[in-house]
Amino acid sequence: MSFNNLDTLYRQVIMDHYKNPRNKGTLDNGLTLEMNNPTCGDRIQLHFIIEDGTVTDAKFEGEGCSISLASASMMTQVVKGKSVEEALKLSQYFSDMMLGKETDSDGLELGDIEALQGVQKFPARIKCATLAWKAMEKAIDQEDEA
Amino acid sequence: MTLLDVKSDFPLLNQQINDHSLVYLDSAATAQKPQVVIDAVSDYYKYDNANVHRGVHTLGQRATDAYEGARETVTQFIHAKDSKEIIFTRGTTSSINIVARSYGDAFITAGDEIVLTEMEHHSNLIPWQQVAKRTGATLKFIPLEVDGTITMTSVKETITEKTKLVAITHVSNVLGTINPIKDITSYAHDLGAVVLVDGAQAVPHMAVDVEELDCDFYAFSGHKLGAPTGIGVLYGKAALLNQMAPVEFGGEMIDFVSLTSATFKELPWKFEGGTPIIAGAVGLAKAIDYLQTIGFDKIAAHEKALTNYAMSKLKQLDGVDIYGPEERCGLITFNLTDVHPHDTATVLDSFGVAVRAGHHCCQPLMKWLNVTATARASFYVYNTFEDVDLFIDGLKQAKEFFGDVF
Repeated sequence: MSFNNLDTLYRQVIMDHYKNPRNKGTLDNGLTLEMNNPTCGDRIQLHFIIEDGTVTDAKFEGEGCSISLASASMMTQVVKGKSVEEALKLSQYFSDMMLGKETDSDGLELGDIEALQGVQKFPARIKCATLAWKAMEKAIDQEDEA
Repeated sequence: MTLLDVKSDFPLLNQQINDHSLVYLDSAATAQKPQVVIDAVSDYYKYDNANVHRGVHTLGQRATDAYEGARETVTQFIHAKDSKEIIFTRGTTSSINIVARSYGDAFITAGDEIVLTEMEHHSNLIPWQQVAKRTGATLKFIPLEVDGTITMTSVKETITEKTKLVAITHVSNVLGTINPIKDITSYAHDLGAVVLVDGAQAVPHMAVDVEELDCDFYAFSGHKLGAPTGIGVLYGKAALLNQMAPVEFGGEMIDFVSLTSATFKELPWKFEGGTPIIAGAVGLAKAIDYLQTIGFDKIAAHEKALTNYAMSKLKQLDGVDIYGPEERCGLITFNLTDVHPHDTATVLDSFGVAVRAGHHCCQPLMKWLNVTATARASFYVYNTFEDVDLFIDGLKQAKEFFGDVF
């Protein structure tokens, strides 16, 4: 393998999100959810504000590798302003993309998330990419129960 | 110095990973298996497989001889006084859990202290957290010096007359620190505490003599020294093991059974409920034979030369943080500045170099190091200077790659 394959994994747009994360920080009100990847120690804390079924604000903090933090940055960016339903659809789309399944964007606004497509060729790193999305699903779940 | 030349004994190592020759530097997680071990396990299943200690047929006797013969091999290997002090288990974790359940629950009570160190692997931490929860005992930790060692001064400040048990790793799986077990055991015994040693990272690399260490329990895994996964050892002094109740009940470990009660076998079988790990024990005995034929003095010299070589090369690179003391056992834990260890490991893997990245089952130690994760290269009998060169080349590539994208 050469840098070509690594370039597939670490595309410029991923590195940009890693180095200049969007929506990094905390929110005073809203819900907070922390999730970690127990096999490697990556940790992500999500802050969501959901009003009338819409994600009106999303921020994250965390420690982790380039893939997990870039994914969190892209996730918060793309779900902000979306309905809860759309956010969950995006999560399903992302999960299918990681598993190499056929995906249909079905009118979804994908933002930068397709840049992470290369991760599917690195099975050991899929968990890094899905951490923030799993946290988002759980946050929405908790909001439903509240 | 001339290194050992045994790579060709390990068939797995002869393969391409991502179009590069495999460089396996993750032996502290699990070691590769020599052909003789693979053959011994395969031959056992081809010619001798039967259940042990039951029935009178010839195969049953052969399997029993192989299994009990393996126990003799282990007895001599770690210099135990008697083979009844050797209990076969699933591995180090299982061995420590037997002591925690059986000795801990029976002999540790509220107000007692259990002393550990800050460098313990989760397998020698969580079982004692659970004992503390069940019994009301307190956990205390021998603190680490800046270089990741412990001193006898700290040991003496931590172990008291209230201490019932000291559980300590022989060699740290992250720092490579070799702990002064003999001195700790002697001090703990003076205060009436028993000592359990986690030998998972020591036994593959050095000649261990439990009688000289005078520890009360010693736990290790087969897979880290070239045996199959799923076989491990708990050594315990017979006087203690005799006082301890079995943890698993069922077949194999019983003496007389009625519908409402049972009596149990003597040592070591009372701790080996169910059909034992026969093929695993056969593989373990062969792996021990293999290492002893090479000789542990040669193995230690080989690993020291490799570690020193890698250390000197690493120190020539800019932006590498190395963790642990100067004197270390066969591994180097490190981070590249501004590169997460996952990313380092992925780049190395793309060049065929396998290292570990993560918290190494030592989350409290990661906190002590003030990092969330690290990368680790660990060496074994089959590694070469060329492996180290390829590892260093890979690191240069990782630095270049991540330097470029930033």
